Amino acid sequence: MVPLWMFLVVSAVVFCIGAYGVLSRRNAVAILMSVELMLNAVNINLVAFWRFLAPQNMAGQAFVAFVFVVAAAEAAVGLAIIIAVYRNHRSVIVDDVNVLRG
Amino acid sequence: MLELNPTSIAFFIFSVLSIGGALGVVFSRNLIHGALFLIVSLFGGAGLFVILAAPFLAAVQVLVYIGAIAILVIFAVMLTRSMTNIREIFNRQWWIGAIASVALLVVLVVGVILPTWGPGGTNSDIVLSETTASLQDLGVALVSGNQFVLPFEVASLLLTAAMVGAIVIARDNESY
Repeated sequence: MVPLWMFLVVSAVVFCIGAYGVLSRRNAVAILMSVELMLNAVNINLVAFWRFLAPQNMAGQAFVAFVFVVAAAEAAVGLAIIIAVYRNHRSVIVDDVNVLRG
Repeated sequence: MLELNPTSIAFFIFSVLSIGGALGVVFSRNLIHGALFLIVSLFGGAGLFVILAAPFLAAVQVLVYIGAIAILVIFAVMLTRSMTNIREIFNRQWWIGAIASVALLVVLVVGVILPTWGPGGTNSDIVLSETTASLQDLGVALVSGNQFVLPFEVASLLLTAAMVGAIVIARDNESY
């Protein structure tokens, strides 16, 4: 069996790639895809810790199920907001959505 | 360091899919390609769940994440079409993001993961238990009164609120 730290390193790499995507992309849908990458990395991390450290306690898998639910709800609402912004501004580049700038 | 058995080969393949898909999402110019790379990365994550003896979560990942969320992302890409192929894809502060992400990765791997669970770390001798809790235990945990029934009900409330909110926000207001 693969040791625990290899799963954690894979999860950390995917998380940091997603973090770079959130910080650097200009398109709002691409930023949302990077947020989904980060949530997926967190799920891998949680399941790895569950399997290696507490496989009898179902709290690990229940936590992952709730992360799925929250990620789905957030993706739906976030994409609805992006579509509404596109309808008004004709652009989803986040630099162009600066209507509230003082 | 790692013996060559089918589990290690499967772990290598699925981690390459996860990390390669993640790189494709962030660095692809075409957003549809980015959404397809996201599907690849999520599928790699589902494979890692199977290796970690959580097949139900792997099935939920494929059904919910890939089958619903990634398809929703593709719909949003199609509905927000602009001239995205001719502009830059990174903003002007991309180098700060790169420094921050690399610094976070180095701190996580060198400072947290390897000292504690790495080959020479403090908790490196973890005995892998052969028996894990079953799917019936997850079902019982999600509806059991002293476990997770309250977050379960709040999660269904959250999904209802998200569904109503998404419909209201994305609705076309000229129909009345």
